[in-house]
Amino acid sequence: MLARPASTLDIDALYSESRIGEMLEALERDLIGLAPVKRRVREIAALLLIEKLRRSVGLHAGPPPLHMSFTGNPGTGKTTVAMRMASILHGLGYVRKGQLVSVTRDDLVGQYIGHTAPKTKEVLKRAMGGVLFIDEAYYLYRPENERDYGQEAIEILLQVMENQRDDLVVIFAGYKDRMDRFFGSNPGMASRVAHHIDFPDYAEDELFAIAGLMLERMQYRLSDDAAAALHDYIALRKSRPQFANARSIRNALDRARLRQANRLFEARERGLSLEQLSLIEAGDIRASRVFGTEGEGQ
Amino acid sequence: MRLTQGTFSFLPDLSDTQIGAQIEYCLRNGWAVSVEYTDDPHPRNTYWDMWGMPMFDLKDAAGVMAEVTACRHAFPDHYIKVNAFDSSHGWEALRLSFIVNRPKDEPGFALERQEGAGRQVRYTTRSYAADRPSGERYGAD
Repeated sequence: MLARPASTLDIDALYSESRIGEMLEALERDLIGLAPVKRRVREIAALLLIEKLRRSVGLHAGPPPLHMSFTGNPGTGKTTVAMRMASILHGLGYVRKGQLVSVTRDDLVGQYIGHTAPKTKEVLKRAMGGVLFIDEAYYLYRPENERDYGQEAIEILLQVMENQRDDLVVIFAGYKDRMDRFFGSNPGMASRVAHHIDFPDYAEDELFAIAGLMLERMQYRLSDDAAAALHDYIALRKSRPQFANARSIRNALDRARLRQANRLFEARERGLSLEQLSLIEAGDIRASRVFGTEGEGQ
Repeated sequence: MRLTQGTFSFLPDLSDTQIGAQIEYCLRNGWAVSVEYTDDPHPRNTYWDMWGMPMFDLKDAAGVMAEVTACRHAFPDHYIKVNAFDSSHGWEALRLSFIVNRPKDEPGFALERQEGAGRQVRYTTRSYAADRPSGERYGAD
């Protein structure tokens, strides 16, 4: 009990020294929605902070399990959160360098016998001291082909995840149902991944807020009509197949930029004001094929 | 006789922590690190065998240390060195090279004299280890 005042000081010092507060604030500010994800990241950060403090006073519980799995539909911010996670882990000293190496099956699995091990090890070496982000990790395991080299990559990964826990953190990412099946058929993998975070789809108003943020970064503005059009667009696009959340919004905005540029170019005799250069009109958005009849495009 | 080739060779052997720190320095400078091994210690033997490819885009020494450990495991009685190559324009050369593993017993070199015409003497060095075929030179008996 005597140690209590001292340790209270410690946690504050550690908190400000690791700049974890700033990072969590930035996470809160820069990412719209994703409330359950933010809560889990906060929890993990708290665990890591306390674990570090425990270590500094000699309480040992072994290194905390750090490998994670991010599941969710495309465009829900898995890569972005992984990047933030890398800097949080770096800030707390759980990884030495804090780089994020993002790979898919192609980067790990070879094309012929004896090609996979060097390839996987190469990637692992690049990720040492940082975070290895394996996108669509379930493609590593193909049960329909028993000679598939993916199994070899999984075994090497497992070995490194177990033996070099100080050297790198692995984050698996992909669709929820397929990841569940992947972990189900690789129990060794499932037992080594401690944190499972599920990324929910964005609601319509969240997508609109994201669009606002994107436009602000690209230095564009929406006219009032265009804002209404974008609302309608999001509602329609969301019900379409192959909807990829924030990524679809980014693509839609890119196409709107294209149309805006085209419109300005075609009306060039009439002259251009500075205002017009960054203004997106309702027409630029309403021209999307999403507003078209069912027969047009897909 | 202790082989003195490359950087740090007049110092006592580096510990793994020290080797790691040197590699860390190389990576910080953006040099590509590679591991090579040989059992022919002649100073003019510049072509050592490569242990895997040179490693580009590494951020941390742990990856290189894993290769050094694997190479030591495969060739415990060979010379192993770590090279750091600077690819930046104007350098394009090795910037650092040091031995990280050596045989337990290093027999050294013989100085040979060859008498030429007019009492001229030509000198050459020959490694005692190289008397035996490659692969049996160190720790075979």
